[in-house]
Amino acid sequence: MKKRLDVLICGGGACLSSHSQDVKNKFIEVLKAKGLTDEINLVETGCMGPCEMGPVMVVYPDGSFYVQLTENDVEPIVEEHFLKGRPYQKKLWAAPEARKIVEEKRQVPFFEKQQKVVLALCGKIDPESVDEYIANRGYEALGKVVTEMTPEAVIEEMLKSGQRGRGGAGFPTGLKWKFGKASEGKQKYIVCNADEGDPGAFMDRAVLEGDPHSVIEGMAIAAYSIGADKGFVYCRAEYPLAIKRLEAALKQARAMGLLGKNIFESGFSFDIEVRMGAGAFVCGEETALMASIEGKRGQPRPKPPFPAQKGLWGHPTVINNVETLAAIRHIILNGADWYASIGTEKSKGTKVFALSGKVVNTGLVEVPMGITLRELLYDIGGGIPNGKKFKAVQTGGPSGGCIPAAHMDTPLDYESLTKLGAIMGSGGVIVLDEDTCMVNVAKFFLEFSVEESCGQCAPCRIGLKQMHDLLEKICEGKGKMEDLDLLESLAHTIKATSLCGLGQTAPNPVLSTMKYFRDEYEAHIKEQRCPAGVCKDLISYVVDESKCIGCTACARTCPVSAISGAPKQKHRIDPSICTRCGSCIVKCPVKAIYIGPGAVKREVESKKLHLEKTL
Amino acid sequence: MKLEDLKKIREKAEKDIVLRDGKSRIKVTVGMGTSGIAAGARETLKAFLEEIEKRGLHDVLVTQAGEKGLSSHEPVVTVSEEGKGQVVYGNVTRDVAVKIVAEHLVNGSPVSANIIEVNK
Ligand SMILES: Cc1cc2nc3c(=O)[nH]c(=O)nc-3n(C[C@H](O)[C@H](O)[C@H](O)COP(=O)(O)O)c2cc1C
Repeated sequence: MKKRLDVLICGGGACLSSHSQDVKNKFIEVLKAKGLTDEINLVETGCMGPCEMGPVMVVYPDGSFYVQLTENDVEPIVEEHFLKGRPYQKKLWAAPEARKIVEEKRQVPFFEKQQKVVLALCGKIDPESVDEYIANRGYEALGKVVTEMTPEAVIEEMLKSGQRGRGGAGFPTGLKWKFGKASEGKQKYIVCNADEGDPGAFMDRAVLEGDPHSVIEGMAIAAYSIGADKGFVYCRAEYPLAIKRLEAALKQARAMGLLGKNIFESGFSFDIEVRMGAGAFVCGEETALMASIEGKRGQPRPKPPFPAQKGLWGHPTVINNVETLAAIRHIILNGADWYASIGTEKSKGTKVFALSGKVVNTGLVEVPMGITLRELLYDIGGGIPNGKKFKAVQTGGPSGGCIPAAHMDTPLDYESLTKLGAIMGSGGVIVLDEDTCMVNVAKFFLEFSVEESCGQCAPCRIGLKQMHDLLEKICEGKGKMEDLDLLESLAHTIKATSLCGLGQTAPNPVLSTMKYFRDEYEAHIKEQRCPAGVCKDLISYVVDESKCIGCTACARTCPVSAISGAPKQKHRIDPSICTRCGSCIVKCPVKAIYIGPGAVKREVESKKLHLEKTL
Repeated sequence: MKLEDLKKIREKAEKDIVLRDGKSRIKVTVGMGTSGIAAGARETLKAFLEEIEKRGLHDVLVTQAGEKGLSSHEPVVTVSEEGKGQVVYGNVTRDVAVKIVAEHLVNGSPVSANIIEVNK
């Protein structure tokens, strides 16, 4: 029977964890019970993007976009929409500003400004069906390349497209391939970097889970261009679904002869192996990654020689990121000129960003390079939740930096971000609101880098730890103004002398927060005050006695019994016992508890100092 | 696999995902309100789906819609064709559905006996 509806349920990581699988199973059950299985096509796809709204689902041909589904929604949707043709309004996407229900996916503001290239098929096809990929011109680019183009012509096309690597450094892909091709060697390799270590980034996982064949096809085209016959995908083991879908895709591709010997009868042979990493951040660095594939300890080595000259087991190796590779087929199919027409002068094409933190629509978005931060956060991201004020975004994770509100109209491209002291990185965008302490954020990222440092070189191993300790001191209200100079000089030394990109970039979060939020650092040091009210040693929780109704809710919830007061009496918090966990604030029905100013804090601190002195 | 083989797989596979592009030559909408269903719209819908599949008409979209307020003529079916307007049919039983597919969708001549409205 002809199918009259395509029902696509998101099976991306976030939707799976909000129980999309249960919703899907319920659909299977209800469709069966109502005898609709033959006429309705139920497909589980990869990530559709608006992770915050999961589980999400889109119904074609009308394009109704459902959000926050539960098993209870299944019956009414089948009954009303699938049978009677009336979309179930209750769970259609409602734009939060206007509480307006949007009937069609393409009118949802979240999708309107996006331009999907790499993510075009994520959420639109069954990632385990090679047929659905082929239906969308899958493997046509590979076919064209190996039967009609010379490797030189492919590289020329890539150079013309202006594509730059999406793994962080932004190196031109065509140029890297050119070096790989020029290197002498009978054996060459192509490696796909799917380590994705940046906290907050999950685009590579989404591509592998939602459209694995596009990565395979990109690798095969790269391999043909440089003369490699073997490829590796290096993926972290904590991405089991990505690995499963990739393995399934590899199997299908092999079975169809799209991988293996003599592909498209062109004489070109290529196959791919998946290698799992244990999730160390440094193993995303290309030389450490290669060491790990070789079975050695995942440590970086000095460059040159670059991997394209001496890579895996000493053979020329080209390493590209997942998102870089997934875009290749589109460049071949639509032409370099098409790709180069998207984006800005020096940053071509589209970029996937992972929005997280204090923004209404968290999730994955793909936009042309060069759109402004404001468009990204407000038009697509839907702004800051709970009426809070925007403070900054952190891009590029632990290697990146922050951009304050004053630079909201900065175009998102490699150069502009670097100029601001932030970086494009892999595209993680963490949104921070007024309740965020920037010193604490810098400390958080540095803590990550300290833990992930491989320990091989002194600047990174020792220097970062020193920086971290200084930040900790400042957060405790024990910093001195000289510490700021010390932080700065350490940062520059570490950047200049570290062996690999980890140490070379790890001080960035500190430098950029010091640049844009120096007043916050100074408030911590000079006034022992944390303006955002975050640093535990610099705040106190205080009961406003004029508001307290003596309900005892706070006292009962306090885990350390710091709150005293009989029923119907005013309550009081003992700052020397209080751990600043914040649970009382949440419990108070009359909002009588607030975060107190510096004066009380100094008292706390002096007690500490006193203790330390007497010990 | 040769390049031509890939093309063949693609042509076949494309037909299975055509709904997702929202592109079609003809759209058949079956009224599936309460009274439509009571009058047998489910069977009508199924007849369309089966017949269209049988004839391999991959550029025809079949969807469902609510009441049209023509309950005395249920099941009501609308055939819309790009650039050619709409034909609304009434009392579309299984047999009429089969006829509409053969005469209207394939040959382009509407089944006049069941037409209740024509919108240009
Ligand atoms: C500490 C560190 C971690 C990195 N992690 C990743 C990663 O997770 N994924 C990635 O693609 N590139 C990562 N890189 C960048 C890679 O070294 C390399 O530049 C990139 O994979 C090249 O691919 P591209 O040219 O397609 O961007 C990392 C670099 C450093 C210094």
